[in-house]
Amino acid sequence: MASLSINNVTKSFGSTEVLKGININIDSGEFLVLVGPSGCGKSTLLNLIAGLETITSGEILIGDRVVNEISPKDRDIAMVFQNYALYPNMSIRKNISFGLETRKVPRKEIEETVNRVATLLQIGELLDRKPAQLSGGQRQRVAMGRAIARNPEVFLFDEPLSNLDAKLRVEMRTEIKHLHQRINTTIVYVTHDQIEAMTMADRIAIMKDGIVQQFDTPQQVYDNPSNMFVAGFIGSPSMNFIECSVKTEGNQSAVELNTGTETPQQLVIPPEVCQLEAYREKSVILGVRPEKIAHGFPDQDANPSIHALQCKVSVIEPTGPDTLVIVMINEKAVTCRVQPAEASQPGEEMTLMIDLSKAIFFDPDSGRRIA
Amino acid sequence: MKTQISPGRLILYSLLILMVIVYLIPVYMTIITALKFPEDINLLTSWDFPDRINWGSFSQAYDKLGPNLTNSIILTITATILSTLLGSLNGYVFSKWKFRGSETIFTLFLFGMFIPYQIILIPLFQVLRALNIYGGLPGLILAHVVYGIPITSLIFRNFYAQIPTGLIKSAQLDGAGFFRIYCRIVFPLSAPGFVVASIWQFTQIWNEFLWGICLTRHTSNPITVGLAQLAGGQAVNWNMPMAGSIMAGLPVVLVYIFLGKYFIRGLLEGAIKE
Repeated sequence: MASLSINNVTKSFGSTEVLKGININIDSGEFLVLVGPSGCGKSTLLNLIAGLETITSGEILIGDRVVNEISPKDRDIAMVFQNYALYPNMSIRKNISFGLETRKVPRKEIEETVNRVATLLQIGELLDRKPAQLSGGQRQRVAMGRAIARNPEVFLFDEPLSNLDAKLRVEMRTEIKHLHQRINTTIVYVTHDQIEAMTMADRIAIMKDGIVQQFDTPQQVYDNPSNMFVAGFIGSPSMNFIECSVKTEGNQSAVELNTGTETPQQLVIPPEVCQLEAYREKSVILGVRPEKIAHGFPDQDANPSIHALQCKVSVIEPTGPDTLVIVMINEKAVTCRVQPAEASQPGEEMTLMIDLSKAIFFDPDSGRRIA
Repeated sequence: MKTQISPGRLILYSLLILMVIVYLIPVYMTIITALKFPEDINLLTSWDFPDRINWGSFSQAYDKLGPNLTNSIILTITATILSTLLGSLNGYVFSKWKFRGSETIFTLFLFGMFIPYQIILIPLFQVLRALNIYGGLPGLILAHVVYGIPITSLIFRNFYAQIPTGLIKSAQLDGAGFFRIYCRIVFPLSAPGFVVASIWQFTQIWNEFLWGICLTRHTSNPITVGLAQLAGGQAVNWNMPMAGSIMAGLPVVLVYIFLGKYFIRGLLEGAIKE
């Protein structure tokens, strides 16, 4: 087990800079998820940690050892690949022991390790089969077993679940998390799936265009996104972004919302939610999560941040536990999460309660969050 | 269900059968002539099946062509093995160990494929002379190995492109180096590539004539050269060269019959896999 420090790391391929000064530090035993859309540089960063690519500038430390110049095999890491990368010509037993044989581990110790790993991952009965004879989930487990056998300081996972079907993916997610709790090794996990990131990570680094947009715990990233990209990327369905103008109401700031069914309302934004003085008579982006616009909230009468809006329903999408109701606010489609029994039909009007106590405001030009 | 043959089909099949006949006529001619006695061979009855069969043509031809046949077998097998092995290593580098300029070098390799045998004949002769291996089988083997590298490299590079790079990376992390990865992981997966490349090389080298006659002395001549000399005189006993032709042609035909399905499969590999 070891901590991992990534200090000011950049990476260029020719003249294209794919990583632009990455800084990430995690403690020993932490589960770090790198998440972002394709092309954001997350896999490149993982390859840099693995040593499969060379760093252009900056440094990477595993424990307190700078590994920039150390070859992949000497970094004491193990990696699980997207397509599992099991050696097709070798039995499962050989797949697991290959790395140990290469490292000249004594035969007896190899045998013990293979058996220990097989028991841990319940793949004992598969040991003499070939990878082609295994199902996707079993291959995934073998790939993890091969990584565990080496007992590395850091585990690297490169989108390991993206080839599995939806149900198996959820199962393996739990299994990987469970595994982490048992062996407690530092893990760096790359994915483009924000749900995987949220459910598995101790800390998430959200990347875009070779820059870490935010590096924090899953809950912080969800509640306090640092910019519009993070706010929109994390959470499903995504956060609603409503452009609105800031007015003065008494000596407080208020945002104007127009649902098209009544006269535009001016909703006061208390200073503890956001200081909007500098934006008065200009426009801002109001970010509000779908679950904060609902049919009703238990404390709606006592809470001054909750306002009623009369809206016309344009589409409804039942998900089972909730129904997503899409309405127009300030000429923008807005998703609201409503109890299925309370949802109106498309074309009808309904009263929705909007809770602005956790609302987030963004600068419309930079997309940055307004404190 | 009634089998119905549409007029279109009928025309198609008639044409195809005609083509088959056209292609098989020389084969028929070769076989029946080989089975005749020399005195039974004349223009008038050249199309007739022999009244009495002369298997002796084959032993006669073998007496003359035996050494050439041995030469050809040594030449073809050695050169095929060496050139496919080298091609496999090249393909491994070009697809999995790309380096700065490797694409350019690969392109230059490909040019080699389009150089006709005739163009490099004189330089090749001079090089083999300078290396002191002109005239014998080793020189001819070297020439064929070198000439075969471009095509075998191309076949293996394309074949290895289907092997996920993750396997190589994974093996690297497992601590394996360039040759260990090749021997333990890439080579065991290479059978279809080897089938395609070796059938190709076997056919090319076995059938090659020009280098065979120019670069070897009489005792080292391959079978193509021996065959030509068999038919080269004035008054020829035609049954003997015909039998020789069958002997010379048979190995390639057999290779295709037994490995042909792997050849097609190998060529299509990747085209049908996801």
